[in-house]
Amino acid sequence: MSVLLIAEHNNKELKPFTLNAITAASQIDQDLHVLVIGHNADNAAKAASSVPLVKKVIQIDNSIYENYLAENFTPVIIKHAENYSHIICSANTFGKNLMPRIAALMDCSQISDIIKVISPDTFLRPIYAGNAFATVKSNDKKKCVTIRPTSFDAAPSDGGTAEIIKGDGADEFTLTKFVKKEEIKSDRPELGTARIVISGGRGMQSGDNFKLITAIADKLNAAIGASRAAVDAGYITNDHQVGQTGKVVVPDLYIAVGISGAIQHLAGMKESKVIVAINKDGEAPIFSVADYGLEADLFEALPQFLEELNKLNTIQK
Amino acid sequence: MKILVAVKRVIDYNVQIRVKEDGSGVVTDNVKMSTNPPDDNAVEEAVKIKEAGKATEVVAITVGEEKAQETVRKALAVGADRGIHVKAEGILEPLAVSKILQKVVEKEKPDLVFMGKQAIDDDCNQTGQMLAALLNWPQATFASKIDVKDKSLEVTREVDEGLETISVNVPAIVTCDLRLNEPRYASLPNIMKAKKKPLEQLSATDLGIDTKPRIEQIKVEEPPKRKAGIKVGSVSELVQKLKNEAKVI
Repeated sequence: MSVLLIAEHNNKELKPFTLNAITAASQIDQDLHVLVIGHNADNAAKAASSVPLVKKVIQIDNSIYENYLAENFTPVIIKHAENYSHIICSANTFGKNLMPRIAALMDCSQISDIIKVISPDTFLRPIYAGNAFATVKSNDKKKCVTIRPTSFDAAPSDGGTAEIIKGDGADEFTLTKFVKKEEIKSDRPELGTARIVISGGRGMQSGDNFKLITAIADKLNAAIGASRAAVDAGYITNDHQVGQTGKVVVPDLYIAVGISGAIQHLAGMKESKVIVAINKDGEAPIFSVADYGLEADLFEALPQFLEELNKLNTIQK
Repeated sequence: MKILVAVKRVIDYNVQIRVKEDGSGVVTDNVKMSTNPPDDNAVEEAVKIKEAGKATEVVAITVGEEKAQETVRKALAVGADRGIHVKAEGILEPLAVSKILQKVVEKEKPDLVFMGKQAIDDDCNQTGQMLAALLNWPQATFASKIDVKDKSLEVTREVDEGLETISVNVPAIVTCDLRLNEPRYASLPNIMKAKKKPLEQLSATDLGIDTKPRIEQIKVEEPPKRKAGIKVGSVSELVQKLKNEAKVI
């Protein structure tokens, strides 16, 4: 039994969540191989090979893999899947898009978004926006599993010396073409991995008012999140959305500002270690998950918050 | 162009989910059910494309127990032309549903299949991609914008890093994000009219698809509860607590 992990990378480096997926995959089986499909992605393959938990890296290089289209990745993965009991990937938009296409062709009933490995065939996963946890057992011969990365620690990334072998690609799928990616570049920590996240909701009232949040994020070296309502209203771009259909975050500190706390939002943040809610409606459901609730007008509270932070001698980064 | 739209009946998104005491699942008796929210976006988009003169027919389909028909009726009330209900009982995994949809697609020969990107009950996010795989069609998942061209679609997808645009030749599968559009409400006259629109009934057995679950659901439990927090009286108290008690800043 061996486990094949599909690496998520940007052709230059591994995406950080690949390390979390490696941790989960190694709990299924120690014989863990990583498949790096891309174009000119030698550095990403090298990075995978230096993860001590990884036993072997299979690198497949072709310009058709430059933009990670699931239609092109799937036949390659199936070609290499033969000797593996499990195919594993992160449950972010990359893995969510890709894994079911693989699973269907292997006639496997996929298990999505696991938060715990109970045994090689049994897993824990949230359902109903995390309002229930299901323990599920796969009876398929080959198992396709996606991992919720924030539920597993990142694996140590150096010291390993796994061999890198070159693998064969497959024919191009010509009916889908990549057009463009509008990637929002930011110097801030990534939302998914930041130690502190500060999020704004509908209560922010405008995109311009998010500058109150930005100022605090700068001070705390925090990532900026948002509720679906704030994204729908156009205050901020979709890559900031936290929730059932957005990103799941588990920071040490999550500060929810002007967010009422619909269950769909709670699904994306309620595992955070410490939760702060600032809302002028004392009955808002967000207070039910907050460790520290402040019932206040955010337009008064946020400038005061910044002022108080400025008074501190030291701030953990 | 003909569009098939798949809709699923789920517990309404506003309902507080309760786990059954025996750990066999969640309580569904006497609970409000609705169409899975992003499936409403899928129906809306199909109807809009037809209204723009770029599609000739919109067919709504659901798979599930008798009452799942309600979701097809709702789709008919907002503009779908006819409906299909594939009867199947018990827990339906995305793989089984995609095999059923594959059979119907082979028969109906639509140019496009739309559905929501994820069902809010099992949160699997699989069916569209699986159907695309079985048909060997392009897949445009998590769509927040669809531009219908002559023999292709240009689709903007919501991905973790921001937005990605891909072009897919038809026939293709599109899974819809909540931001794709604003689903309309059905008017009472249209709800009445929808009752007269044709709704074909099939069954999974007729289509030759075994829907027996592959995944054993061993137990369903409540997630661990967070311990109750406190309300603080001022911003300075909040900052002191974060610094000295929680030690996170």
